[in-house]
Amino acid sequence: MESLKNEMKMEFLAASSNEGFARVAVGAFVAGLNPTVDELADIKTAVSEAVTNCIIHGYEQKEGHIWIQCSIEGNKVEISVMDVGKGIADIAQARAPMFTTKPELERSGMGFAFMEAFMDTVDVVSEPRKGTCVTMRKTIGEG
Amino acid sequence: MDYKYKKEYGCLILKMPAELDHHAAEFLKEEADGLILRYPVRSLVFDFADTSFMDSSGIGVIIGRCKNVRFGGGYVKAVHLNEQIRRVFQISGLRKIMEVE
Repeated sequence: MESLKNEMKMEFLAASSNEGFARVAVGAFVAGLNPTVDELADIKTAVSEAVTNCIIHGYEQKEGHIWIQCSIEGNKVEISVMDVGKGIADIAQARAPMFTTKPELERSGMGFAFMEAFMDTVDVVSEPRKGTCVTMRKTIGEG
Repeated sequence: MDYKYKKEYGCLILKMPAELDHHAAEFLKEEADGLILRYPVRSLVFDFADTSFMDSSGIGVIIGRCKNVRFGGGYVKAVHLNEQIRRVFQISGLRKIMEVE
């Protein structure tokens, strides 16, 4: 099998209208790996969760930019979603299912749980007032 | 027939947007609450026939509307879920709190 290597980076405004754009762009990028319909849906859902977190929590719906870096090596995909917003004080608490700092916005607190359910690994690097970078990895074609 | 919502036999059927993410959720919440107030129905149906995608932002909207309807003793269900949305319902536990058809 030919070894596939590819990379892309994108930067866009932290606007909710860009959530769809971001997940579709990443979906189109990874389409070259011939993922199954389910695998593609998994990746798009995880990207949507990460980008939504940047908008709602990172920038608290104020102006800011979001960066996505995506790389493919063989059948492995790595996606990083980054903001330079508020940062997360307690990462373990933020990752706990059902935990949310924004219940008034009817947030379910399932964002990180979804990323973890749909991707193989999820790493979070964050510092208060500096920003957050979420890196997710998934191997395509392993069922 | 194309519709955004319809009322049938005391039941309010809400057509979900094409992609139910945080962006769509904001509009949907207001619209749905307005309809629930206007039509005090016994049951609420979320119709996903035209919806190809949903993420965790959709869960908050659905749970919130369920509370509003159940407060008045009503009942809720979700219909026409595709595979992606079915999995979102499964993982989030939504399937345990409402009927899925």
